[in-house]
Amino acid sequence: MDAAIIGIGMTTIEKNKIACNYADLAWEAVNKALADASITIDDIDNVITTSSDFWDGRTISCMAVGDACAVRHKNCSAVEGDGTFGAAYGLSRTLSGDYKTTLVTAHSKGSESISSIITNAAFDPIYERSLGLDMISASAIQAKQYMNVTGTTSEQLALVSCKNHKNAKDNPYAQLPMDITVNDVLNSEMIAEPLHKLDCSPVSDGCCAIIIANADFVKKVKAKPVWIKGVAFCSDAYFMGDRDLTKTIALENAAKKAYVMAGITNPENEIDIAEIYDAFTYQELMWIEGLGLAEYGNAGKLLEKGIFNRDGKLPVNPSGGLLSGHPVIAAGLYRIAEIVLQIRGEAGARQVNAKRGIAHGVNGICGQSHCVWVLDKEK
Amino acid sequence: MAKRRVAIVGTGQTNHKSHRPDVNGQELIHEAVVRALQDAELSINDIDAIIIGNMDHFEGINYVDCWSIDGSGGYHKPIMKLTTGGTTGSTLAIGGYHLVASGMFDKVLVIGWEKNSESDTTGAITTAFDPIWDRLVFAGAISGLAVEAQSYMAKYGATDKDGARVSVRDRKHACNNPYAQLRKEVTLEEVLASPMLADPIHLLDVCPRTDGACAVVMASEDCAATITSTPDWIWATANRHTYSYLGDVNWGELDSIADASKELFKKSGINEPRKQINVIEMYQPYSLAGIIWIEDMGIIPRGKGAEYIWSGATDMGGELPINPSGGVIACNPIGATGLIRCAEAAMQVMGKAEGRQVPDVNFAVSTGFGGCMWTDMILHGKNKPNL
Repeated sequence: MDAAIIGIGMTTIEKNKIACNYADLAWEAVNKALADASITIDDIDNVITTSSDFWDGRTISCMAVGDACAVRHKNCSAVEGDGTFGAAYGLSRTLSGDYKTTLVTAHSKGSESISSIITNAAFDPIYERSLGLDMISASAIQAKQYMNVTGTTSEQLALVSCKNHKNAKDNPYAQLPMDITVNDVLNSEMIAEPLHKLDCSPVSDGCCAIIIANADFVKKVKAKPVWIKGVAFCSDAYFMGDRDLTKTIALENAAKKAYVMAGITNPENEIDIAEIYDAFTYQELMWIEGLGLAEYGNAGKLLEKGIFNRDGKLPVNPSGGLLSGHPVIAAGLYRIAEIVLQIRGEAGARQVNAKRGIAHGVNGICGQSHCVWVLDKEK
Repeated sequence: MAKRRVAIVGTGQTNHKSHRPDVNGQELIHEAVVRALQDAELSINDIDAIIIGNMDHFEGINYVDCWSIDGSGGYHKPIMKLTTGGTTGSTLAIGGYHLVASGMFDKVLVIGWEKNSESDTTGAITTAFDPIWDRLVFAGAISGLAVEAQSYMAKYGATDKDGARVSVRDRKHACNNPYAQLRKEVTLEEVLASPMLADPIHLLDVCPRTDGACAVVMASEDCAATITSTPDWIWATANRHTYSYLGDVNWGELDSIADASKELFKKSGINEPRKQINVIEMYQPYSLAGIIWIEDMGIIPRGKGAEYIWSGATDMGGELPINPSGGVIACNPIGATGLIRCAEAAMQVMGKAEGRQVPDVNFAVSTGFGGCMWTDMILHGKNKPNL
């Protein structure tokens, strides 16, 4: 594909950024991204913002950040869902030839939201909502099924938490850098069997921005480009009862398509780093398998061998992942930004040796809809 | 960069009504999708990706892209959601265009829908505005529209009678459209005698609340050639979501449609819009906008809009018919409304508009309106656009 990411900007992810409204968050992320790309807002010819009316408690939630993203005299649009989907639409606008540079933002303030009510509204109003299902209870059902079918253990889940919170210690943007043990996870409060508190991502505030440019524009700027090699997204069925929750068919479809676009035939060996949507510990393992980075049911065992550690063969979430900071709508865009930093060799103390990486985002309940990005140092 | 031509090859709409208790949301969507696929003579298996939108707080469903699957046909397909308020439908159309133009997908299904009967429309729209500066002053959509109308009237001396003439036009046109919700002719006197909702906007000057869905199939040039001999080519898109705060708006002129029109016409070499454009499907939520916005579009000089409307030039059979479908005043399932404008414009270009067909359409314009006085625009053409 003839497009690259030439700039990224992230706010720190925090429990409650009480001093900032949505526009303040976007303003910070956008200006950081422009500075990162060494360009000005006048070089941006169209803007995609990503937000959620539900999470923001505002109808037309994109309106809150329009000024801060300088849409006034530009073409613009707004995606609702994870930032990886917003970026996918932004990419299409660049590739269409209508635009040379697309600014993509995604923001969320979990501190102003009530997660259980908001995610309950994702369920069918007649058959499911009154059961009290929300993101955590539904994920607990999926975790239990996955563990039963694959033999993955609570200890293995806990190891994901230990790894990611430890990784976060070297990420200045992360909300929860911690040294914890498997026992700490297992002894933390049981939120929804089998998910302990430390198996769950926190409530977070944050905003991320990236700038996508076409190949001609990339030549004209000083910024180090990170090339977009493959992007694909795919949705599974809606009703939980219609799905085999232990399987990740939609993710497999999206990943396969993205790998074909990128010319990848053996993802386990050809991918150097992955930033994955680990909203819960078990999800990191499931998504690793769905992405073709481990055999089905085997991710937990590979994790125990240290394969996914920062110094392992395939570092997963060296940033600390969502477990260390989960601004809902922005989370996937943070994954892309982290991969960009890693490929540029600018990830500081969390740097790994990476030329090619994948970033991953999720929409809906229990990973119904996935978006996969393959990014590369080379065009 | 390589550019690809994109065409609309099929459209479908539900029979829009104030209340569709016979269907749930997914079923409403399904109705429009099936009709669009039938129109294009395609099956859902031919569709590479889906783009869908509505306004969340009207139906109270989170992650609508995921929820819609059983109605949209998005099972194991790429699907994403766009939403920008009133402009949602036109935003979706522009989105579908880019997904195809990018080369990422060859055939994209675009879906806009709303079940307004399940909503507290004004309650939901009020929350769009800044909670500290704007929300307490402007309630819902109609208050901002009334401010616009008053500002224009103060400047150019127009009256609510001028607005009523636009309403008479659109409501008459709607009688030719079997999908429109309100198909009843009204007189100037009836409009002016209808209850005053927000001065100068009477009940019969403004759009209703509607349950409805619209679906449009877009295809790349190669695919379009195999689907239809009369595709509607998308020549250009342009939009402006100019303001975030209602207090910043340049009241009495719609800056967003002025700027977007300039860009749209420049991109496609239109220098005499009044002569070159054959029909407009305008997202015109209340009557006086039908006068103000054609001035902002550069079709008529400032202050001359009312005169142009009274001349009958925008009626069916006139120089530049506007809203042959009856427009938004006759039917407004909000998340679908902008896409219905796009579909109706496409039908005009494809020669499929039946009783509301304008003869010999070469260029059509469709628009979307919403948010904080925002505009989306698409130029549709019978002939292939230059690349």
